[in-house]
Amino acid sequence: MLEARFSLSLDSFTLDVELQLPAHGVTALFGPSGSGKTSLLRCMAGLEHPPQGQLTLNGECWQDSQRGVFVAPHQRAIGYVFQESSLFDHLSVEDNLLFGFKRIAAGERRIRLNQAIELLGIEHLLARMPALLSGGERQRVGIARALLTSPSLLLMDEPLSALDAQRKAEVLPYLQRLPGELQIPIIYVSHAIDEVAQLADHMVLLENGQALASGELNTLLPRLDLPLAQGDNAGVVINGLVTHYDADYQLLSLQLPNSQLSIRVAHQPIAPGQQLRLRVQARDVSLSLSQPEHSSILNLLPAQVVELAAADNPAHLLVRLDLQGTPLLARITRYSSEQLGLYPGQPIWAQIKSVALLG
Amino acid sequence: MPLTSADFAAIWLTLQLASITTALLLLLGTPLAWWLARTRSWLKAPIGALVALPLVLPPTVIGFYLLVAMGPQGPVGALTQSLGLGTLPFTFTGLVIGSLFYSLPFVVQPIQNAFEAIGTRPLEVAATLRAGPLDRFFHVALPLARPGLVTASVLGFAHTIGEFGVVLMIGGNIPDQTRVVSVQIFNHVEAMEYAQAHWLAAGMLVFSFAILLTLQRRGRVGARAIS
Repeated sequence: MLEARFSLSLDSFTLDVELQLPAHGVTALFGPSGSGKTSLLRCMAGLEHPPQGQLTLNGECWQDSQRGVFVAPHQRAIGYVFQESSLFDHLSVEDNLLFGFKRIAAGERRIRLNQAIELLGIEHLLARMPALLSGGERQRVGIARALLTSPSLLLMDEPLSALDAQRKAEVLPYLQRLPGELQIPIIYVSHAIDEVAQLADHMVLLENGQALASGELNTLLPRLDLPLAQGDNAGVVINGLVTHYDADYQLLSLQLPNSQLSIRVAHQPIAPGQQLRLRVQARDVSLSLSQPEHSSILNLLPAQVVELAAADNPAHLLVRLDLQGTPLLARITRYSSEQLGLYPGQPIWAQIKSVALLG
Repeated sequence: MPLTSADFAAIWLTLQLASITTALLLLLGTPLAWWLARTRSWLKAPIGALVALPLVLPPTVIGFYLLVAMGPQGPVGALTQSLGLGTLPFTFTGLVIGSLFYSLPFVVQPIQNAFEAIGTRPLEVAATLRAGPLDRFFHVALPLARPGLVTASVLGFAHTIGEFGVVLMIGGNIPDQTRVVSVQIFNHVEAMEYAQAHWLAAGMLVFSFAILLTLQRRGRVGARAIS
């Protein structure tokens, strides 16, 4: 359990949060720029010293302003990955990696040099100087360097935001591998919901220095009372279980949790039994009162209307649906809603036009 | 050989003075530059201005106050006398002290600029990689400030070589003690030995040009420091 409470005033900005976060998996600090994500992360690292603050990781106290405790950043077992490349230009890649590694006791080195190098795929870069690396390579080295201090908590400040789409796609798979390979809780700052959807298990929604909500990603994303449901990228993340692969049509079937419902996706074969993350955006879900027939849409699922809410655009409505326990969002026009006479509790058919497999 | 043994003695003394002064200034000026680059104290502006004073003051003014301070009636003089060291004017030690003041901004400012250019990020990175404050200074700040340190050394050395006014005020003209090249050139001119003066003066000219050329080639001439 990571318990954090900070009050910090910087110029015209005030951060005031109190959080209880799981000490495992990936927790995203999500919010628009200026919402206090990075400040919160810096407080956790000890790079900011808020006069009012408390931080405890699994019982170990790093800050308690009431008792006058403040552990300096270099004495905290944290790894920190900065937004832009932060490699030491005067050191080779290998010496950058060893910088933190050398500074912890040999007995505390739970992550070995080779392990980090392999995990981030940077073997071929070791002898180079940072100036000769691409942006994606620099970030991978930065992540490996942070891991090599065998941290109890890995803090990542928008590690992909300085990269173009191609570099992002290059680094993202490495980030996805981290939680599975290492038992280190990760706090991941991002303002890009697609990164959060791919990586996070838990999420804190920040706005103007306040935590609007904190909880499982699967429960926060479908909430209509949060700004997450607004906007073009609103949608849910579903953990599906691979049950079947139709080699003929190259369609993968994934079962929704605790239900008989399945979603089919055109994809390469994946062995049954694997858990995969699916993302369904609200704008890709349409509704029908009766079971649609003669439709080219692959995924037609019986659902129930749970809740309706106004969208940011007055022409639209947001509808929260229930698929035998799995929440789903639909963004439809207010006109359609009135034509269908939607009401909470109503049985309905959800037509999912597109599903993204996040791996 | 056109140079006399007195000329060589003056050259040797000048090189000694410049080397010792540069070494001491790097030792003392680097922490001062670090403080100036990092502090948010209100003292930053006045201390920074004090460090820059020798850039604009006539060397005779610096020399005059040093002479007064280090003389028998001055506070520094009283101290050195009570320690049994005598007084410092007209000694090589006194000259080193004068040079420290005279060349201070030429060493401190390039280093300060280099530290400021590094910014706080690499130091924060080092802190998250378990490096304590001293460790960060020696293994991150200093290596990254290397170009500034090189510029500071070269400028400090070259500027001390060219010292004249301060030397004349507190050092006088004592062979092997305080008679540096610039003073020796003055002696030659006073004695109408223009040929001798030419050799030394041209030597200084070529030396200074070579130094500045080297700095220009490195592209790191401390423009602000020379201003």
